Amino acid sequence: MLKSLTSQLRTIWTILQHSFTKAETVQYPEQMPYLAPRYRGRIVLTNDPDGQERCVACNLCAVACPVDCIALQQGVKEDGRWYPEFFRINFSRCIMCGMCEEACPTNAIQLTPDFEMCEYDRSNMVYEKEHLQIAGTGKYHDYNFYRVSGLAIAGKDKGQAQHEAPPIDVKSLLP
Amino acid sequence: MPTITIDGVAYEVEAGRNLLESCLSLGLDLPYFCWHPAMGSIGACRQCAVVQYQNAEDNRGRIVMGCMTPVTDGAIFSLSGDKARHFREAIVESLMLNHPHDCPVCAEGGECHLQDMTVMVGHRDRHYRGRKNTHRNQYLGPLINHEMNRCITCYRCTRYYRDYAGGTDLAAMAAHDHIYFGRHQEGVLQSEFAGNLVEVCPTGVFTDKSLVHDYTRKWDLQSAPSVCTACAVGCNTIPGERYGRLKRVHNRFNAEVNGYFLCDRGRFGAGFVNSDRALEFPGLREADGRYRALDHHDALHRMMDSCAAGKVAGIGSPRASVEANYLLRLLAGTDNFAPGFSDAEQDLVNLALRLQQQSAAVTPDIRTIESADAVLVLGEDVTNTAPRIALALRQSVRNKAYEMAAGLRLETWQDAAIRNLAQQQRSPLFIAAVADTPLDDVATRRLSLAPEGIAALGQAVAAGISGAASATPGSTSGEAVDIVAALARASRPLVIAGTGCGSAAVLQAAAEVANALCSSGRQAMLCLCVPEANSLGQAMLAGPKAPNLGALEERARAGEIDTLVVLENDLYRRGNSAGIDALLAECRNVIVLDGLDNATTSAATLVLPAANFAESEGTLVSLEGRAQRYYPLFQPREERRPSWVWLLACMKELERPDVHSLHHFDDITRACAADIPALAGITAAAPDLHYLNLGVKIPRQPSRYSGRTAMRANISVHEPKQREDEETPLAFTMEGLNRSQPGALLPWVWSPGWNSNQSLHKFQTHAGGPLKGGTAGVRLLHPGAAGGHRISDITAPATAAASAAPDLWQLVPRPRIFGSDELSALSPGLAELVVPGFIELSPADAGRLGVATGDGVDVGDGIATLEVRVNATMTTGCAGYSAGFAGSGNLAPLARVTLQRAANWQRRPQLIGSDRGNGSGSSHV
Ligand code: SF4
Ligand code: SF4
Ligand code: SF4
Ligand code: SF4
Ligand code: FES
Repeated sequence: MLKSLTSQLRTIWTILQHSFTKAETVQYPEQMPYLAPRYRGRIVLTNDPDGQERCVACNLCAVACPVDCIALQQGVKEDGRWYPEFFRINFSRCIMCGMCEEACPTNAIQLTPDFEMCEYDRSNMVYEKEHLQIAGTGKYHDYNFYRVSGLAIAGKDKGQAQHEAPPIDVKSLLP
Repeated sequence: MPTITIDGVAYEVEAGRNLLESCLSLGLDLPYFCWHPAMGSIGACRQCAVVQYQNAEDNRGRIVMGCMTPVTDGAIFSLSGDKARHFREAIVESLMLNHPHDCPVCAEGGECHLQDMTVMVGHRDRHYRGRKNTHRNQYLGPLINHEMNRCITCYRCTRYYRDYAGGTDLAAMAAHDHIYFGRHQEGVLQSEFAGNLVEVCPTGVFTDKSLVHDYTRKWDLQSAPSVCTACAVGCNTIPGERYGRLKRVHNRFNAEVNGYFLCDRGRFGAGFVNSDRALEFPGLREADGRYRALDHHDALHRMMDSCAAGKVAGIGSPRASVEANYLLRLLAGTDNFAPGFSDAEQDLVNLALRLQQQSAAVTPDIRTIESADAVLVLGEDVTNTAPRIALALRQSVRNKAYEMAAGLRLETWQDAAIRNLAQQQRSPLFIAAVADTPLDDVATRRLSLAPEGIAALGQAVAAGISGAASATPGSTSGEAVDIVAALARASRPLVIAGTGCGSAAVLQAAAEVANALCSSGRQAMLCLCVPEANSLGQAMLAGPKAPNLGALEERARAGEIDTLVVLENDLYRRGNSAGIDALLAECRNVIVLDGLDNATTSAATLVLPAANFAESEGTLVSLEGRAQRYYPLFQPREERRPSWVWLLACMKELERPDVHSLHHFDDITRACAADIPALAGITAAAPDLHYLNLGVKIPRQPSRYSGRTAMRANISVHEPKQREDEETPLAFTMEGLNRSQPGALLPWVWSPGWNSNQSLHKFQTHAGGPLKGGTAGVRLLHPGAAGGHRISDITAPATAAASAAPDLWQLVPRPRIFGSDELSALSPGLAELVVPGFIELSPADAGRLGVATGDGVDVGDGIATLEVRVNATMTTGCAGYSAGFAGSGNLAPLARVTLQRAANWQRRPQLIGSDRGNGSGSSHV
């Protein structure tokens, strides 16, 4: 009996204390809240540190997307890189869950702290590659998929990726 | 049936199999790489390790390879024991030491057996800190992409390519960890079956080049069960589509037809579906010769008006479905329906059909061909006319090896042992042809003979078998004696001939050999090849009395035809151009239904765009008389409609009573089956549209199909309802059930944990066995049913009997795998390999004409001018021309013509970078 009474009093006291703390609510939009870089808002496609398009059109984001709002088509560039010929996100469907970012093996697709996406016309919420692609590396500055993976592209031959030995000369008998 | 114990559970398994097969058949997941159901075991990859215990007391056990361990009664195994699990994980880890970390840019990703097995064994962390080996890739031609770094040295590729398909230009090279799978130097892979590497290789070393350049993951492909339309074998395929484009063709397992393998014509020859020559709107020819686009209402009314006036004739097509041809036959009337063969071919196909219907011999399916222990091929170059049969024949010559193995009680899956045992010993395969064929390397003997010579040889063999004295003494009789001896020793002899060499006498002779074998008490097989996907069905539909193109031309000249409806047929491939010109010019209305723009559509007054095989449904009858159904994998764009839809709509508008009760595709199939006795079985080719798989339809899209709310968001954000398929049991969605349905309805294979095509075993009654739902297709020819009509009672149509004159050459068709088939030759990858048509002459003839390879000759009186290839194996007196190539409609098979060195011939520049198909003489290095 006494125990529960103390508990209740303590609860009331805690609540009373809150009357004197600073309010979390801000006067948006006059006052902008701080959003951490990890906040999940508008999606962008980024470049690798060399300034090349990061996305290799592997389709993993598309298949990870629970609402199926990413569609793209792969193509191969002259230099051997895979890239998306088109890349479309239907933001009117997107639930900003971040699954695509998690699935992306190249860090190309990233969610940003921008959530202000209001349109009168839903079709304006359909973003094509030119609306998604940004010039920088986004949150991840260093990763460059082609430096790690073995596919040869112009400027990075076989044997020049991470942990790679120079190509084997099949005609040599030396070990 | 032996009983074995796996992890404490007793299972009854089939005797004579290995443990790996047995585990997979039981539904237990045991990882593996090098074993392949069609190629047996060699125990190379060490992935299928299990622990075997000596007896119940043994608790240490030893590691054995599942694929190399026969199941014996009372054997005790453990799959899940730590020892075996750790071993398997270590194997994957070591296979991955040099893996290039490029799944995102690998066309195998998402259907990669290596990915599946890696996940299955639970390997995650790489402990190796050394540097990865790397390799340079090779250019292997326009069809196959090479990325050697992904190799795990399982040896499947070379075992398939060399041992199974008989190729010589792909090998394992170098030693230890330098091992390299490729060619001795860059260049086009020479085997006609190289494309199967894409499916055989468990990693992304060999991938489909056209797919790599317009890539879609397997989970994003919308697929439907289909049938290859590139030749008459009727291999089962799974074409896949995304964004309205055909992306690739994969094999669809059919235990009796193609098994696990396709030929390159079939695998890479469907690219014409994406051609920019595809017609999208009906076109009406204006006075100035240009075409005006119409909508389908307008087009239909014009077609109806033309047909309502009467005097209609129809020309069907051996490449169109039974149903479309049947409707056209109804529209035009039986007497006014030509099946659409060339005149010579019509007689040959009719003869081939009758011979098979009336022979006592069995018409074998492809699987049965593999079981033949002695083969005689008369006149047909099967590698170039019915390629998959050639691959089957390469297996049939191994029956000798299996016999020897049986003597030593080796199981058939002990591949390396059996090959070592037999070395170069093969079952007899005799080939008589006008010149070399790509099967010569496994043939006991190949004879170069003119068509009459081949027929005479056949007759001599038949006579020899029935014991009569050889009717034709002379040079061939010695050969005939050998052949007779080989066939007489065999228990499952097979005779193959076909329309490919253009001679009715050869067909007849082949049938007589088969019949003689049957009369002497053997269960002989007779396989007669016909040219196109529905040639046999067309012969069954039209019957022997149907008019041919020549007859229609006469009627047109007599003014008896006002409206000519041509169904999916480029007539300029079927007859000489003057005749076709006359036929088309004499008809007031020429209505042509076709999918691609061609010479015939360009001569039409009204063109209707017809959907191709990937956009429509239909039944085709293959050369073994198997009726098979193909299904649309996507909706045709714009105003393209299946031909049967156009024809049915037109007849409905005409208020024809015979189509009153026809509403759906299935109704046409049923009407056709009821109407045409020879086709009575076609309704059983596949279930009708009311079929439900446990209450639901069968999905064309795999369960992970992505992008559905974005694919067409650029057009509209309002997603339409998924289109209902009102004609088939398949659905254009991912909803439904893809499990245990009839084999004819299998749109893709996938099973949890098994993303690659290896998941097929989950759909089979046992690993490597027939599909659980039954083998696709229904046989319309009842093997050996007629039992013993005398073949000689069937009269062969007279062939051009002009006697051999010294200054005349006999034209003999030389079909080519890439180029002789109309549509596949238009597919981008294959088009690169098609060398323009040429004429082959023996060195003696070339000398007489004073020409060398690369020169030109004029054929006949301005019929054609063709490039010469001197072929040392060509029969002297014969001129082999590339059949089915542009302008070859003007060359009549077996006609005797004059040849003359062409005066103003420009030699073609030598092609660089394409060393494949430079003449049949070297088409198989
Ligand atoms: S997962 Fe990343 S690399 Fe792959 S398609 Fe999506 S954005 Fe591109
Ligand atoms: S072969 Fe398989 S594991 Fe390797 S990159 Fe390709 S998909 Fe990935
Ligand atoms: S290339 Fe493919 S099939 Fe050949 S050994 Fe390597 S992984 Fe095996
Ligand atoms: S053998 Fe004929 S049916 Fe089979 S894949 Fe090749 S072309 Fe197609
Ligand atoms: S599958 Fe058994 S060792 Fe390779």
